[in-house]
Amino acid sequence: MKRFLYELSESWKIAVAQMRSNMTRSTLTALGVIIGIVAVTLMGTAIGGIQVGFDKSMAIFGDDVLYVGQWPWKNVDDWWNYRDRKKIKTEYAEGLNHMIAMTPNSNLAIAIPTSSVYRSVKYMDSEVNNVLIRGTVSDYIITSTFDFKEGRFFNELESRGGANVCVIGYDVADALFPSASPIDKSVLINGQPFKVVGVISRQGSFLGLFSLDSIVVMPLPAFQKYFTAKSDAEVLVKAKDKTKLAEARGELTGLMRRVRGLSPEKRDDFSINEQQALKRTLDPIKNSIAIAGLFITGLSLFVGAIGIMNITFVSVKERTREIGTRKALGARRRTILLQFLIESTALCLLGGLVGLTFAYLMCFGIGKAFPSFPIHFSVGLVVASMIVSVLTGLLSGFAPAWSASRLDPVTALRYE
Amino acid sequence: MNKLNSDVTRPRGPVVIDIENITKDYVMGEEIVRALRGVSLQIHHNEYVAIMGPSGSGKSTLMNMFGCLDTPTSGRYEFNGKNVAAMDDDELAAIRNREIGFVFQTFNLLPRSTSLRNVELPLIYAGMDPEAREERATQALVDVGLGDRIHHKPNELSGGQRQRVAIARALVNNPSIILADEPTGNLDSKTGEEIMALLEDLYSRGNTIILVTHERDIAAHARRTVHLRDGIIESDEVGVMPAMESMAAS
Repeated sequence: MKRFLYELSESWKIAVAQMRSNMTRSTLTALGVIIGIVAVTLMGTAIGGIQVGFDKSMAIFGDDVLYVGQWPWKNVDDWWNYRDRKKIKTEYAEGLNHMIAMTPNSNLAIAIPTSSVYRSVKYMDSEVNNVLIRGTVSDYIITSTFDFKEGRFFNELESRGGANVCVIGYDVADALFPSASPIDKSVLINGQPFKVVGVISRQGSFLGLFSLDSIVVMPLPAFQKYFTAKSDAEVLVKAKDKTKLAEARGELTGLMRRVRGLSPEKRDDFSINEQQALKRTLDPIKNSIAIAGLFITGLSLFVGAIGIMNITFVSVKERTREIGTRKALGARRRTILLQFLIESTALCLLGGLVGLTFAYLMCFGIGKAFPSFPIHFSVGLVVASMIVSVLTGLLSGFAPAWSASRLDPVTALRYE
Repeated sequence: MNKLNSDVTRPRGPVVIDIENITKDYVMGEEIVRALRGVSLQIHHNEYVAIMGPSGSGKSTLMNMFGCLDTPTSGRYEFNGKNVAAMDDDELAAIRNREIGFVFQTFNLLPRSTSLRNVELPLIYAGMDPEAREERATQALVDVGLGDRIHHKPNELSGGQRQRVAIARALVNNPSIILADEPTGNLDSKTGEEIMALLEDLYSRGNTIILVTHERDIAAHARRTVHLRDGIIESDEVGVMPAMESMAAS
C-alpha cells in the first residue's frame, strides 16, 4: 500500500514535469478537452436552467393542492370520452366543504371554487388582450403561492357580496399603468368597471409557454354576473398534509363521486389533477431533451479524448527507452501503467478545470446579458464535469498505457 | 602483482548465478536465430567477471539473462538459488529491483530528473519511505564522489559524472551483482579509466561485478574472462594475465 502511494506520487511528479517540458503539445491537446468540457458544461447549465424553470413553474400549482376538473392534465388518446363529461360546477366547492367538515380526521382542508375565461382588459386608451379572468373566493389566497407587489387580495366581505373589485397580474398592471399606481383605479372588462385592490408580483411564465402575469382575479359572484358564457370551472382542494396526498386524493375521489351521485359500477366522470402527475407527464420530454443535448455535446468531448489518446501513444513511443530503463530498475507493469494513466488523466483534469472556468465565465456573462435565459450553474455540475474529465483521461490513456506496461524490457532498452 | 595473485586463490563465496545448458532462440521473420546454444556458467559472490566476444556472439543475450530482463528458451537458471526461468514479469521486476544493479553504455538517466531523483528511482520501486531513500541515495552519490552534484540534472554533468550517477543508482539497493554493459563505451579513455577504477574499488569492497565488453583493455580489469563465440563459451579463463598484458602495454 505504501509502495503504491510512493509510486503514485512519483508518477504524478513525472506527469507534471512531462507537461511542463512539452508545453505547446500539452496545451494543444488539452484544448480539445477544454472545448469538450465547455460544451458539455454549458449544455449542463442549460439543462439545469430548464430544470429550475420547470420546478418553478410546477411550484405555482402548489404541491398540496388537488385540482378537480373535466380534463386530466395529460395527453389523452380517447378525448371523446372526456368531452362529453358533465361540466364541473363551482357549487361543488360548497358541498365538498360541507362534507369535509362532517368527516372526522379528514385529509382535506378546504375546497375553493374557480371559474375562468379569457377577455380583454382596458384602462383609458390602453388595452390588454387575452387576459385570464378568474372568479374565485377570498380563500383562494390559501392555495396560491403568489405575493403582492402592492395592495391586497379581496376580502371575505367583497368575496361574498360580489363587489366589482379585482386583483391584477404584473403584466396587466405594467401594460395599463406604466407610470402610476393601479390601486383604486377602475379597469374595464366586458364594459364593466372593476376597482383594482391589489397587484400580484411577477410570476414569470409556465415553462416559457404562457405568462402567469396576464391575469385578473375577482370575486366569484361578480364573475358569474358578467362572464357565465364559456367559462371553465375548476375546484381546488387543499390537502392538510402534503405527505398524505395519495390518501387525500382517495378521499376526494369518494366525495366527488357522492357529489356527482355516481353508482359504484360507474367510472369517474371527473379528473383529479395534481402537480406530481403533471410532472410525471412532462418529465420524459424534459429528459429526452437533456439526453439528446448531452449526447451531441459529448461528441466534442470524445474528439478531445481521442487527442489525449494520440498524444499518450506518442509519449509512450518517445519514451520507450525510459520505460526500458525503469523496468530494468524494477518498475513493474502496474507501475508503468499507472504512470501513463496519470499523465493522460492529469492532462484531462487540467483541461477540465480550464474548461470549467471558461464555462463559468460564459454563464456569468450570459446571465448578466440575458437575465431571462434559462441557465443554472451548480456545484453538482462542477463535480460531474471533474468526474467526466478524470474518466476521459483514464479511458483515453488506457490503451497506450497498457501497451507501455507490456513492453519487453530488452526491446525497450534497445529502442532507438 | 602478489596482491592480484592472492586474489585469484582466495576462497570463493556462495554461488550467485548458476546457469546450466541454457539456450535462447529468437524468431526473426522466417528465420530462427539461435543466440545461445547451450551455455553453462557459475558466478560466485565477489567475483569480477568479464564477458567478451564479437558482435553476434550472444554476449548481449547472455547479459539480458543475467539481468533477468529475459528468460531462456531452455536450460536452468538459478539466481541466489531461485529458479528465474519460471518467474513471471513482476517477479522478474522484483529480482531486478533488489538483486541487480544495471550500468548501461548510454547511462540511461532520466534527463529531466536530478542526480538524486535518478538514484532514488530503484528505492521508490522498492517502496522505501521518502526520508530513508533520500538519505540512502545521497550516500550512494557521495560514495561515487558526486556529493557536490546531487541536485544537478544529467545535462549539467560530464559523461564521466553521468556514468557515476548511473553507478550510484546501480548500487543504491545493495544488489547481489552489478551488471555493466560496455560502461566505458561512450567515454574518452581517461574518463573510462576513472570509471574502471571506481568499479575496481567496488569490487574490492565486496561487490560482484559482471562486465560485458568487446575491448580487451577494459576486460583486463576483471579477474576472470569468459569468451563467447556463436552462442557458446569458447574459453573461461581465471587469471590475471590479460591485466598484466595491458599494464605492460601502457
